[in-house]
Amino acid sequence: MPEIRIPEISAHRPKAATHDRGAAETSLQSDVRRFLLSRGNSAWTDRGFHGLMVLCALSIFGIVGLIVWQLIQRSQLSWHTFGFSFFFHSFMDPVTHTLSFWDPVNSQFSALPFLYGTLVSSFLALAIAVPLAVGVAIFLTEMCPRRLRAPLAFLTELLAAIPSVIYGLWAMFILVPLLRQYVNPRLVDWFGWTGLFNNDNPTGLGFLAAGIILAIMILPIISSLTREVMLAVPQSQREAVLALGATRWEMIRMGVLRNARIGIVGGIILGLGRALGETMAVTMVIGNSPEIHRSLLSNGASMSSVIANEFTEAVSDMHVSALIEIGLALFFVTIIVNAFAQLLVWAVTRGTPAQTR
Amino acid sequence: MISTRFPIRSRLRAVADHAVTGLAVLATLLVVTPLLTIFGYLLYKGASSLNLAFFTKVPAPVGELGGGMANAIVGSAIMLGIASLMGVPIGIGAGVYLAEFGRGTKLAHAVRFTADVLNGVPSIVMGLAIYALIVVPQHHFSGFAGGVALGIMMIPTVCRTTEEMLLMVPHAVREAALGLGVPNWRSVLSITVRTASPGIITGCMLAFARVAGETAPLLFTALGNNYWSTSLNQPISALPLQIYVYALSPYDDWHRLAWAGALVLIVLIVLAVSLVRFVTSRGVLKGTS
Amino acid sequence: MGVGIEVKNLNAWYGSNHTLQDISLHIPANHATALIGPSGCGKSTFVRCLNRMHETNPIARVTGTVRIGDRDIYEEAKPVEIRRRVGMVFQRPNPFPTMSIYDNVAAGLKLNGYSNRRALDEIVERSLRNSALWDEVKDDLKKKSGASLSGGQQQRLCIARALAVDPEVLLMDEPASALDPVSTSKIEDLIFQLKEQYTIVIVTHNMQQAARVAENTGFFLNGRLVEFEATHKIFTNPSDKRTEDYITGRFG
Repeated sequence: MPEIRIPEISAHRPKAATHDRGAAETSLQSDVRRFLLSRGNSAWTDRGFHGLMVLCALSIFGIVGLIVWQLIQRSQLSWHTFGFSFFFHSFMDPVTHTLSFWDPVNSQFSALPFLYGTLVSSFLALAIAVPLAVGVAIFLTEMCPRRLRAPLAFLTELLAAIPSVIYGLWAMFILVPLLRQYVNPRLVDWFGWTGLFNNDNPTGLGFLAAGIILAIMILPIISSLTREVMLAVPQSQREAVLALGATRWEMIRMGVLRNARIGIVGGIILGLGRALGETMAVTMVIGNSPEIHRSLLSNGASMSSVIANEFTEAVSDMHVSALIEIGLALFFVTIIVNAFAQLLVWAVTRGTPAQTR
Repeated sequence: MISTRFPIRSRLRAVADHAVTGLAVLATLLVVTPLLTIFGYLLYKGASSLNLAFFTKVPAPVGELGGGMANAIVGSAIMLGIASLMGVPIGIGAGVYLAEFGRGTKLAHAVRFTADVLNGVPSIVMGLAIYALIVVPQHHFSGFAGGVALGIMMIPTVCRTTEEMLLMVPHAVREAALGLGVPNWRSVLSITVRTASPGIITGCMLAFARVAGETAPLLFTALGNNYWSTSLNQPISALPLQIYVYALSPYDDWHRLAWAGALVLIVLIVLAVSLVRFVTSRGVLKGTS
Repeated sequence: MGVGIEVKNLNAWYGSNHTLQDISLHIPANHATALIGPSGCGKSTFVRCLNRMHETNPIARVTGTVRIGDRDIYEEAKPVEIRRRVGMVFQRPNPFPTMSIYDNVAAGLKLNGYSNRRALDEIVERSLRNSALWDEVKDDLKKKSGASLSGGQQQRLCIARALAVDPEVLLMDEPASALDPVSTSKIEDLIFQLKEQYTIVIVTHNMQQAARVAENTGFFLNGRLVEFEATHKIFTNPSDKRTEDYITGRFG
């Protein structure tokens, strides 16, 4: 039994020193007490504050609702005229007798070439960016000397912050001349037989240029998310694989990538979402002609680029309506792609502390 | 030992290991190079084009040399002002709701999801929506419409960082305030938000830097303007808009100005991001544990 | 001066978990009352019901009556008003990290809108003296942040903060459990002095501590108040078998 000392309790111990300081203090004390009693319970202020915060939160619903409603409203004309075939039909040009898709003069509109342009440039971007991004993420999480880690992470952060228009500027004045002079002719020489690289566009603009600049733009997103999910893989998984005598690559492949793969796919899809909606850089280098070509070196147009390019010049109601319908379609596609990506990333990083992005 | 029993297999594994290491390093180099060239070229071109006139003069008429982007800088400042006045309070308010009032409720989940949706709306679509919402009823393009478009784009970023930062404030601090009989609103504002304020300010600056470079939402809201305009009811220019217009122009002198504009923009953004980095690396909530 | 607390048929729940069952007791004014019991016995929940902090958790629920002084705190007042009269010191020191020492002590008044600077200076000094921290911090009151103090100092700072609003009752939820022995003994000395002026309820899992500072002690077990007696009675001659088992170290 632990020994317990019991204090002698006397009913009236000598008063502590504080008590001797007299009446002034007591009056100050009661002053404070009286003051606090006089303060209301601020139930109304509290309720008002709560309401205000809820209002702020609800305004987000309002904004998204307004956006959707306006886009639907203003694209009615085009929707009623063309219906769902807006997204795949084509027609014969009465003058040239060639297949045509987009003719504001004759009020004929089809989103097909823009869907095609968006898909081709985005997937081209993914094809270039994904291997690089995963490589960078592997390097940063598993191999990079500690000293380099912070500057490289900072650089990626910076890249994500560069405005689209500056990427476009760089692409117009550096990338496109480079492609025109050195890259495109070689691609035509070597791979012309595939039909993917045709020699009919001397400008250097086109799907390839758009794909490359998009790849550069989405790289930081994919690699930082990949890094995040790779960091979320517990160290014990790595050790378990290493303990079986695996080399580093085998450890990464079996211990890390296998565990992180869903998250990596999520990161890739998030990058896709960004690429689909990206406007300025693409508009500046894709060539802006509403045509469908198999060749990656041809001019094209994407959903976002046609809006950026033609909206202020559109005069007929039908033209405006058609462009807004393309915007609406772009909105829904990016929302779905983003939501899907979010789900995948959540599935992996859930339960690990949030990393600063 | 494995290496003696399966010599070839083991050598293959070693080769694969080295190859992957090499590839990862190569990928990193491939990524870093264009980036460095972007920065290098921007510095080179921009610095050689930047002069005092850039900051003080309005664009010169076509065919004349010289001129600057003073109107675009002022236009950007005005629209970013409107955007911040709108986006920061709403974003912080929504973030406070998510962290302090709605924790775990269905409404909070819905708000969070919608904020993510809003964050993913392509900027060009935002431009279309604001065109339909503000420009069409007003019958003219305006700086106000541009500011609203940018402000809406700030909300999700501000909201989510505010929430994240508030969640990092220890629960004990909230309890301490409530235990003193401080009203809830006062405790949220003066204790929780104030404790998290470095992080919240960081989030606001990130959002600000992001929309400062946005062009697409301004194309058909603010439209751009080659002359002085500070009126919210008139088309107004912005730095990124002007860069876009000049880049597409056929004049070398305008290209020069576009590079100078890009440099100014990027310096602003790098400053913001570095400051953010500095603040966060020092610990957002210094002194709490 | 402190006031007494009258608790009748207090029940509390966390979700579906019935954490307090039918507690009734009288806590006399200007005395220290200790609550002991094994972890999870409900003693912390009990003190949190005395200033309505329990209900800050959305899944929590309370029934029964608690009278502090002449007021029924659940029927006749809002939580904010109660908490101004009933100070609380928490298990882990929780000073406001972004505030200076001075602001920490003044927080309860300032945040409630009190703005008389001269009076504030006086109150801060007196509260810090009463919590035996004044001599250690008087030179950098406004320079140092509350978080820069040591753990024991932080806890005394939290006591000063609670004292500054001049409460009638001071609740202490294991105030010394996160502290070293020296700091603990300072806090105990402090409690000894403070009960001159305040009614003190202290939760502790340290029986010696209860014996050292409190006139009355309650023993909680599984959400019930097993025994509530004068301290010397409970430690020398408990009337309940379970109390005896606990204080002799047979379980818990």
